[in-house]
Amino acid sequence: MTLMKHLLGATAALALGAGMAAADPALIYDLGGKFDKSFNEAAYNGAQRWVAETGGSYKELEMQSEAQREQALRRLAETGANPIVMTGFAFGNVLDTVAPDYPDTKFAIIDAVVDQPNVRSVVFQEEQGSYLVGMMAAMASKTGTVGFVGGMDIPLIRKFACGYTQGVKAANPDARVIVNMTGTTPAAWADPVKGSELAMAQIAQGADVIYAAAGSTGLGVLQAAADGGILSIGVDSNQNHLHPGQVLTSMIKRVDNSVYGAFMAGADMETGINVMDLAKQGVGYALDDNNADLVTPEMKAAVDAAAAAIVAGEIKVHDYMTDNTCPVN
Amino acid sequence: MDFATLLQILDSTVRLGTPLLLACLAGLFSERAGVFDIGLEGKMLMAAFCAGAVAAVTGSPWAGLLAGVAGSVALGMVHALASISFRGNQLISGVAINFLASGLTVLLGQNLFHLGGRTPSLMKEGRFQPITLPGAETLREVPVIGPVYADLISGHSILVYLAFALVPLSWWVLARTRFGLRLRAVGENPAAVDTAGISVARMRYLALTITGVLCGLAGAYLAIALSAGFVKEMTAGRGYIALAALIFAKWRPVPALGATMLFGLLEAVSNRYQNLDLGGVVIPVQAMQALPYVLTVIILAGFVGKAIPPRAGGEPYVKER
Repeated sequence: MTLMKHLLGATAALALGAGMAAADPALIYDLGGKFDKSFNEAAYNGAQRWVAETGGSYKELEMQSEAQREQALRRLAETGANPIVMTGFAFGNVLDTVAPDYPDTKFAIIDAVVDQPNVRSVVFQEEQGSYLVGMMAAMASKTGTVGFVGGMDIPLIRKFACGYTQGVKAANPDARVIVNMTGTTPAAWADPVKGSELAMAQIAQGADVIYAAAGSTGLGVLQAAADGGILSIGVDSNQNHLHPGQVLTSMIKRVDNSVYGAFMAGADMETGINVMDLAKQGVGYALDDNNADLVTPEMKAAVDAAAAAIVAGEIKVHDYMTDNTCPVN
Repeated sequence: MDFATLLQILDSTVRLGTPLLLACLAGLFSERAGVFDIGLEGKMLMAAFCAGAVAAVTGSPWAGLLAGVAGSVALGMVHALASISFRGNQLISGVAINFLASGLTVLLGQNLFHLGGRTPSLMKEGRFQPITLPGAETLREVPVIGPVYADLISGHSILVYLAFALVPLSWWVLARTRFGLRLRAVGENPAAVDTAGISVARMRYLALTITGVLCGLAGAYLAIALSAGFVKEMTAGRGYIALAALIFAKWRPVPALGATMLFGLLEAVSNRYQNLDLGGVVIPVQAMQALPYVLTVIILAGFVGKAIPPRAGGEPYVKER
């Protein structure tokens, strides 16, 4: 045991020494997986852009279970990686305990606020982007009923749902919004079968546009919507290409920009809370060749006007996470 | 709740219950032969991956189905080798199968497709499409029977009809054939079967092969009929629910149909009514989603009566000298 400890200590010291020389940044993906076509993939794209522009290299790690979080963070910190960027609210508590042990390492966490001097907390105002796609959903809907499928039932996803509902009601006060959550465990992020069942249940109830904010469960939602001949809305990354002509738009969350920014700043990264909103183009909606025919000029004009009003502060989109309630439903 | 809504929920029940039914029948053959199999989940997952991967490469759902069955049978044979030939602990071998499948699918998927363990999304031709049964559209106008036939019975993929056909077939094989009698005997009293000059190991290998085939169908149904490709951990615990249904059904094929459809119904209801409003009292979504699991505990704890597993279950057979 003692020998083991010595060995471990020696390796850690060696690794630390090696790390000091070349402080590569590191990126940790959450349980959804690096190529989820959504949230984590956006982070990956940001890191790849940094590689393409600087020619640098970075360390990456993909979470496989809840239990790995602390170990993974400590391991990367001990290898001298700096800064260490992690995606996902679930790292919040762990980072809060780990960060003080490595005062010389900078951490960046996306989707959570951690109050430590060496942590940059990046939070997105998803309710604003969701508001915009909600308006588009209401304008594209012929039945006056639209749907929302969330992943795990957490305040963050309720925030998406609440912003979306507000947008729908703004464009069509009589519209009905069906909000469904896939589950209450992390498995809810990766159950496309259940996602497609939820979407089919919503279609049966008259929904003709469905917004999925559910990791790879959302792939099932988009699939069921395409099979059912209705429109869907993707999330986080631009998912319009998954079913060309059948995905109305995607609520883009520029996780890639945050990762890229943190990597660019390197060890000198500024810490504190970093709020990414519409004004900073942290969130938005996707428009490309795949959905050009679906988005009418009126729709685009209305949404762009609303976006400008939100930036100017004329429209206030309620953030569910401030008080855990939603003014409309 | 109107009639149309009821039909939609039952339709969803059939879709969600079918993978459970196939997995449950799979477990039935293995456990009736005296081999506990908690590796149903892993075999389904492997089958889902193989089916998704091969269907993506070849563009044919049938090739995908074959590959899914082959992948599942291969894992089944690992279980058989460990627990029959080497007389290892069947539960441990089953757990190992689940872990192996969980890791192997993602690893292979990443190396083959570089999509982080997913397989590429399948085009329409690569999936099993819903089949419209003859006369579904003409009969639709007939009250009650018409919509039931057109919406509930018609319009599923071929694997659903196969799964339902397998229920009476399994009953017949187990209860009315010599093979079935021997298979059940191997699970109750292997020594007697051995005395009669029949190889216990051979019977158990055959049973686990059938288990592998059925799990393969279940996994393929998830990946290339319900979804359009494999996503990591996409079985999401369905193999374990199937095991619970198996105990609930007391290791019999026809009750297995009822048990798995009950679980399918509960999931369909919780999908449809996420906040169930019972005249003023609103049952929250969390309670609705916990319902299948809560009911499992209640059913298994009291309502099922005495569930007696096959007597030789879990014990490797050692020939007497």
